[in-house]
Amino acid sequence: MFANLLGRLTWSAIPTDAITLGGVLSMVGASVLIIILLTYFKRWKWLWREWLTSLDPKKIGVMYIVVGLIMLLRGGADALMMRTQQATSVGAHHGILNANHFQQVFSAHGTIMIFFVGMGLMFGLINLVVPLQIGSRDVAFPFLNSMSFWLFAAGMVLVNLSLVIGQFSSAGWLAYPPLSELHFSPGVGVDYWIWSLQIAGIGSLLSGINFIVTIIKMRAPGMSLMKMPMFSWSVLGAMTLVIFAFPILTVTLALLYLDRAMGMHFFTAAGGGNAMMYVNLIWAWGHPEVYILILPAFGVFSEVVPTFSGKKLFGYTSMVWAIWGIVLLSFLVWLHHFFTMGAGADVNAFFGIMTMLIAIPTGVKIFNWLFTMYRGRIRFTTPMLWFMGFVLMFTIGGVAGVLMAVPPADFQLHNSLFLVAHFHTMIVSGVIFGYFAGLTYWFPKIFGFRLNERLGKYAFGCWLSGFFLAFVPLYFLGLMGATRRLDHYASNLGWQPLFIVAGVGVLLIGCGVGFQVLQLTVSIMRRNQNRDLSGDPWNGRTLEWTTVSPPPEYNFAVIPEADERDAFWVMKKPGRHSGTEEHYKAIRMPKNSAAGIVIAGFALLGGFGAVWHIWCLCTVGLLGVICAVIVRTSNEDSEYTIPAAKVAKIEAETKERYV
Amino acid sequence: MSDPEAESKALTGFWIYLMTDCVLFASLFATFAVLRNNTYGGPGGDELFSLPFVLTETLILLTSSFTCGLGMLSARMGSKKQVLFWFALTFLLGVAFLGLELSEFHRLAAEGNNWRRSGFLSAFFTLVSTHGLHITAGLLWMAVMMYKTARRGLTTGNVRKLTMLSLFWHFLDVVWIFIFSIVYLIGAL
Amino acid sequence: MNKKLKIIIFILLALIAVTLAIGYLKHANIPVLEPKGSIGEKEKNLIVFALVLSLVVVLPVYALLFAFAWRYRASNKKAKYSPDLSGNWLVEAVWWLIPSILIAILSVVTWNSSHQLDPYRSLASDKQPMNIQVVALDWKWLFIYPDQHIASVNYLQVPTNTPINFQLTSDSVMNSFWLPQLGGQIYTMPGMSTQLHLIANKAGSYYGSSANISGNGFAGMTFTAKAGSESDFNNWMKSVKHQDQPLTMSSYDQLAKPSQNNPVVVYSSTPPNLYDSIMSKYMGPMTTGHSEHADMQGMGGMQ
Repeated sequence: MFANLLGRLTWSAIPTDAITLGGVLSMVGASVLIIILLTYFKRWKWLWREWLTSLDPKKIGVMYIVVGLIMLLRGGADALMMRTQQATSVGAHHGILNANHFQQVFSAHGTIMIFFVGMGLMFGLINLVVPLQIGSRDVAFPFLNSMSFWLFAAGMVLVNLSLVIGQFSSAGWLAYPPLSELHFSPGVGVDYWIWSLQIAGIGSLLSGINFIVTIIKMRAPGMSLMKMPMFSWSVLGAMTLVIFAFPILTVTLALLYLDRAMGMHFFTAAGGGNAMMYVNLIWAWGHPEVYILILPAFGVFSEVVPTFSGKKLFGYTSMVWAIWGIVLLSFLVWLHHFFTMGAGADVNAFFGIMTMLIAIPTGVKIFNWLFTMYRGRIRFTTPMLWFMGFVLMFTIGGVAGVLMAVPPADFQLHNSLFLVAHFHTMIVSGVIFGYFAGLTYWFPKIFGFRLNERLGKYAFGCWLSGFFLAFVPLYFLGLMGATRRLDHYASNLGWQPLFIVAGVGVLLIGCGVGFQVLQLTVSIMRRNQNRDLSGDPWNGRTLEWTTVSPPPEYNFAVIPEADERDAFWVMKKPGRHSGTEEHYKAIRMPKNSAAGIVIAGFALLGGFGAVWHIWCLCTVGLLGVICAVIVRTSNEDSEYTIPAAKVAKIEAETKERYV
Repeated sequence: MSDPEAESKALTGFWIYLMTDCVLFASLFATFAVLRNNTYGGPGGDELFSLPFVLTETLILLTSSFTCGLGMLSARMGSKKQVLFWFALTFLLGVAFLGLELSEFHRLAAEGNNWRRSGFLSAFFTLVSTHGLHITAGLLWMAVMMYKTARRGLTTGNVRKLTMLSLFWHFLDVVWIFIFSIVYLIGAL
Repeated sequence: MNKKLKIIIFILLALIAVTLAIGYLKHANIPVLEPKGSIGEKEKNLIVFALVLSLVVVLPVYALLFAFAWRYRASNKKAKYSPDLSGNWLVEAVWWLIPSILIAILSVVTWNSSHQLDPYRSLASDKQPMNIQVVALDWKWLFIYPDQHIASVNYLQVPTNTPINFQLTSDSVMNSFWLPQLGGQIYTMPGMSTQLHLIANKAGSYYGSSANISGNGFAGMTFTAKAGSESDFNNWMKSVKHQDQPLTMSSYDQLAKPSQNNPVVVYSSTPPNLYDSIMSKYMGPMTTGHSEHADMQGMGGMQ
């Protein structure tokens, strides 16, 4: 009876091998440490009131970024293990991991890096920047925003729970069936994968809706779409992709789970299933997903390059068209992920050509950035360095992408380490470098002080050289016939030296991360010397720099007007300064709400129950979510008013402190 | 936040949500189309579906959409009693529809043709019951809204939510028309 | 240390690294770039062609990046500064147009090569092609020679200059058959049959593997393909037939069970229609009427 109640969960779910235990202990240890510190410094209430239940997008953004960076460490640790394994597991030696463990590690690495690092940093930056940049006080649906974050966090918890209880999927980050079907993967790994992505994915979908409405409905007066800053444009493009792509993911994951838990036959080998349908569905989401991550990073560069070149963005209209070209094309290329399926020459050629077409708008964007530098006054701050590193690496990845877009060439490159090198050069340089640039750029706005530039440059140097060393060898390994995901290979193939070089590269990246941690620590300790007292530390161009750093919770005491592109740049021109006579009005802001965290908590319970087939837990989770939603939506008293006098007082205080 | 602004944001957001739901159903329709003939030696749609039965379901749902529309008309006119009446009727029709759907599922399963039987039946059960789950959610929402309307009257907030609910209900009606034609009508031919 | 010395040291280090890399790669065996069959050769040429074409865009990008960064650095007050320069339709037209032209060229090449190098397309030759049926198992490759009625595991013997018609399926999860020195890969899937046409123009022993993750024993799922003269092939075939190790339905079932790092095994005979019966395991109780799923080419419409 009791055993039945717990589904598949038994004591054997607790891991016993040394490496996993190490991971578990460090994770549990860190959590315990945090709990102790919070208790010792009596910060629980503060944490709950100021952060966990806050509906302020600036705070939600910071929480996204904290989760994203922590997950970057976890995904990086996975990468280090993989590189160690592949550098040592040759011939008679078998490395540090067994096959299944190695497969769990790379599955976790891919899943975590895309869903919890890439998406986390992306939604973090969007939350921090979009409302400020469009001159708004908030997002369209503040509570939904908090719920999205907590669903994302619940997915993250579930992924990491798999380390402690049970195991993770060993079927790769996209879990192709039939391998991911119950018959071939009978454990809970794939179910952990399904449910963590399902829960986080629903959060992303809701965020997509939220930010589209925010950008469409809440821009400052005067800011027509064609005057909107390019970062907000790229977010609008990315969120459009989210709302069309994520429902497909929801369906695909649900169908795989129905196969596994209910004995259905969507993707099974026998029973009338069709595994190829899964591959089509997952990439119909997966390819747009890549652009979801990369478009906002492009947007960051479109802010960073003009600011540090002291010049208008070159070819604004082209940039907008390029974004929408990419949005449209990204739904027409998914089949290039499996030219080797044998779908026929016409189909392959069509998708190959569509894929190459994406190179055109992408190339246009790069040329426009370069010509923004032309006749500028370029300051080589860290964000600008990240941009230059991006151009260097991204073009290499782009060339590799063009090669693989030619189907017969792809037959020789697909599923090899060449492919692995390709998408890492695209995603690390495009997405990660972009978000690092954005974080450094907007950091003083959010926290009120700058990051240490010198350490930031060291970090950049390590990242770029390490990245080059880690992935250029993989291109050659691919050409040498090395397929991806090998936990072991024969010594006579001559691959080991290149794998060792790649391993050294990852160590260098590790140094880069070390410098970043140091950079953050040093910057916080010396924050009084790095204060941004003007609200405009970089000589910025857009509305977020008009308010003080850090901005008050309502962002702007008086909503700014934006009659032109680069509104703030125009305002700063001599003779254009508007009168300082401010008439403050009362401001309505949303109250804190614990409902987001409660809903996500129930979703986590339900997800955990679904993983282990503990059906009563699923029921509790589902009912909990429903009740919490009903209670929350029945709450008519979700806002409060900051009276005009108080706004005036806050503003006067900030002015006194900062000007 | 002024009310018309909130109204317009909420409605825009809800329309976008409906669009994502469209994509969700489109994906399910696509899987159904792919697996339509994968009966794995089991029965196909022509042997399983009874058109008159499904036609009844369809008529009930269409009528519920109509009564829901009348409910919204009364909401615009500010008559709380009529709103409650029409939505109660809609609710009952929705329950009837759901009952019929469940009885069909029960019949199929009892004949040994459950979702484990074949790829085709997996796709059928999943597509139709996803619609059914949406109907269930709609009914739940309707019950909550009737309660709120009864207690607090036709406040702007309530009317806005009723508007969204009716959008949702009509949307489900449209989805059902597709299910009726693609799954049942073509399947039975 | 002054700045110049730093730069010189950096350049020296980079040069040493490049020399080492070139020295290593010169001696390394790079199958994709050193193909031994005409299909692989054409695929290599395509890779090189697309690479050169891409460089037409990439080299200017690199040049502009460094040139602009240097020339317009903030400390260089001599450089012209035009803060309000926001575009020029003529210049922009250039970089909408030139990549478009390049992509147009590449599209034509893509269309033609996709058809020419379609894995389903049989190769023109005056020689009778050799049929080989490939079954991916957990975790080894079974090669059936239907005309010779022999089979082998993780070992492939083919005559040179003879087109090889592979027919591929899986009796487990999805794998990808890759023999890089002869040409590109194709998926093997349970219940479906794919085709691949390759040819070996030079004798030699080539590395092959599965390129798609298939579970615990995946890394050991490698095979050797030996290409030799026709008489080499005939000798091998005779030696196989002389061994008294037939592949029967029951020994096949034994073989199909998961095993890792399988040694090479040869079978002197095979059951008739082994390949078809493996395929039909996934087709349901009544196999007739479902044959449309047997052929991936027929599914083009669905994708």
